[in-house]
Amino acid sequence: MTVDTESPVRPASTLTEDEPLGATRSERLSALAQQHGALVTLVIAVLAAWLSFDTFMTADNMQNMAVSSAFLAVVALGMTFVIITGGIDLSVGSLFALGGVLAAWGSQYGTAVALLLPLAVCGLIGLVNGLLIARSRLAPFIVTLAALLGARGILLAVTDEGSKTYLVDKDSFFATLGQGKLLGVGAPVWITVGLFVAGAVVLRRSRFGQYVYAVGGNEDAAALMGAPVARTKTAVYTLSGLCAGLAGALNAAWLASGVTILGSGMELEAISAVVIGGTLLSGGFGFLSGSLVGVLLLKVIQNVINQIGSLDSAYQQVVSGGFLAVVVVAQTWLGRRRRVL
Amino acid sequence: MTDLSLGGRTRPDRDRVLRLLQDYGVHLGVAVLLLVNIAFTPHFLSAENFRTQAVQVAPVLIVALGMALAIGSEGVDLSVGSVMALSTSLLSLYLGYGMWIALLVAVLGGIAVGVANGALIAYIGVQPIVATLALMVAGRGLALVLLPQLKDVRDPTMASLGSGDLLGIPYLVLIAVALALLVAFVVRRTTFGRQLLAIGDSRPAARLAGLPVRRVLILVYVCSGALAAIAGVLATARLTASDPTSLGNLMELSAITAVVVGGTPLSGGRVRIGGTVAGAVLIQLLTATLIKHDLPPSWTQIAQAVVIILAVYAARERGRR
Repeated sequence: MTVDTESPVRPASTLTEDEPLGATRSERLSALAQQHGALVTLVIAVLAAWLSFDTFMTADNMQNMAVSSAFLAVVALGMTFVIITGGIDLSVGSLFALGGVLAAWGSQYGTAVALLLPLAVCGLIGLVNGLLIARSRLAPFIVTLAALLGARGILLAVTDEGSKTYLVDKDSFFATLGQGKLLGVGAPVWITVGLFVAGAVVLRRSRFGQYVYAVGGNEDAAALMGAPVARTKTAVYTLSGLCAGLAGALNAAWLASGVTILGSGMELEAISAVVIGGTLLSGGFGFLSGSLVGVLLLKVIQNVINQIGSLDSAYQQVVSGGFLAVVVVAQTWLGRRRRVL
Repeated sequence: MTDLSLGGRTRPDRDRVLRLLQDYGVHLGVAVLLLVNIAFTPHFLSAENFRTQAVQVAPVLIVALGMALAIGSEGVDLSVGSVMALSTSLLSLYLGYGMWIALLVAVLGGIAVGVANGALIAYIGVQPIVATLALMVAGRGLALVLLPQLKDVRDPTMASLGSGDLLGIPYLVLIAVALALLVAFVVRRTTFGRQLLAIGDSRPAARLAGLPVRRVLILVYVCSGALAAIAGVLATARLTASDPTSLGNLMELSAITAVVVGGTPLSGGRVRIGGTVAGAVLIQLLTATLIKHDLPPSWTQIAQAVVIILAVYAARERGRR
C-alpha cells in the first residue's frame, strides 16, 4: 500500500550478504546491526533476566516459554514469507483461533481430521486471500483485513456465537501433539523447529524461495525475468493461512480445548516479531531465523514482566509497543545508511 | 503494474457506468438497505429507531473522518481504537478537575499520539502501518495502566452530552455532522487539504514541488488522533462509563471499512468525505438489519467482510489508471 519513496528499486539480490567492495567499516557495522541486532538484544535480555530473577532460568519456566513461543513462531513463519514478498497478512489471528476451534471439534473423529480440517479451511481462506491479492490486484492489507472479520464470523458461527467450547480428549494421540514431550522438550517445540528448518531450506535453497525474494525486491523486474509473480504471491498467502491454522490446531492440542477468544491481536505480535527479526516490511529482504529470534524476544519480555509480579500486564503492551517503535526506527535508520552504498 | 486491460478503453459506455457505480455505489447501497428495511423490518420507521442508529454511528463516523485523511495521504492510522481508550482513561482521571479540563486533557492525549505517529512516519520514514501499529499496542497498554478497570462516569454535564439533544437531534449526531462538514471543508477549500491530496498522490512529486511534506503529514496524524480522542470522549459520555479494556476495540477496522467502502482509494490522493459518511451509515444499517432479523453477530462480521471485498473490487479499476 505504501511505496518506499526513498528507493523505488531495492536490489533483489540481498539474499547473499555480500557487501560491495569498498564498504566502510561503519557501513558494514550497520548492516551487521540490522541483521543481528535482535539476537544481541535477546542474549542481553536473557542474561539480565537470569541475573535478576531466580525463577527465570528454571526448567519449568523455560519449558513454558518455549511452548508458548512455538505457536506464535509458526504463525510468524508464514508471515515472514508474506512480508518478504512485500505484503502483509492481518488475518492470521482469526485463522489461529478458527484453526484451534476446528481442530478441537475434529478431534472427536480422530487425529487426521483434527489436523486436516483446520489446515484445509485456513489454507482455503489463505488461498482466497492470495487470489484476490495476486490476480485481482487488491491491496493485501484490506483483503486480509476482510478475512480477519470473515474468519472470526465463521468462528462464531461454528461455536454457537462463541458460547460453545469443544474439548480435546486428553488421551488421544492428537492431545499428545500438544502436550507430549520428547527428551524433556514439548512436542510443539520440536514441530516448530522442524518447520523452521524446512522453511529456511525452502526460502534459501529452492526456486520458490528465490521467487519470493524476487517478487518482494521488485515485482515488475521479477515479472520481466519470468518469475511467476501471481503464483508466488498466491502461494505465500496460502502458506500463511496453513501456518496459522496449524498453530491454532497445536495450541488446541496443548490446551485440550478450542478456545474461541484466542488469537485476537496475534497478527500484530507476529508482524512485530518478523519486523524485530530484521525482515524489511518493504519486501525483498528477510530471514526466518530473525523471526524466530523476534518471537523469543517478545516472549522473554512478556515473561520478565510477568515475573515482576507487582506490574500489571498492561505494562507489557506499553513495553512491546515502545520496543517495536524503537526497532523500526533503528531499522529505518540502519537501512538508510545501507542504501547509500 | 504491467497488466494493461483494454476492455475499458474500447467500451466507453460500460466504463462510465462502472465509474458511476464506483462513485455512488455506496449511496445506492444505503438507499437499498433503507428501502428493504422500510418494507420488511417492523418498527423501522420510527423516530426512536433513527435516533438509536444515528447515535451509534456517530463515534465510528468521527473516527472514520480522521482515517479518511490518513488514507488520503497514502497512509493509515491503526492506533485510533487505542486513542479512544486512552482518551476515556484520561477523561475519567481528570474529571475531578472539571469537565472542560478533562475534555482538554483527553483530546491532548490523542494529539500527542498523533504527533508520535506523524513524527515516526514523516521524519524517520517508518511505514504508516507499522508506526501506528506500535502506538496501537502501546496506547492500549498506557490506557490500561492509567485506568486498570471500568469506572463509572458520574458527571451530569457528561451525561447530558451523551444523551441530550437540541431540537430533537442528539448532541452526538450534531457534533459528528459538524465535524464531517469541517473536515470536508478542510479537504476541499484549504491549503492543507490540497497539500494532503498532493502528498497522497505522489510524495516525491510533492516534495519536489516544495510542499512542506513533513509538516502536513504530522498534521494529518494529529487530526486523526484528535478526532479519535473526541470519539472516545463522546462514546464515554454515551455509555456514562470509562472502559479502556473494550472501548474502541476493532474501531480501526470499522473506520477503515467506512472510508474504503465510501470510495476513498487506499492508494491515496483522493478523499471522499460524503462517501465516508455514507460508508459508516451503510455498515451501521447492515448490522442493524441483520440484528433486527434475528441473525447472529457472526453473520454481521461475514457480511462486513464481503462488503469490504466488493467495495475494493469495484474500486480497483480506478486505482490502476
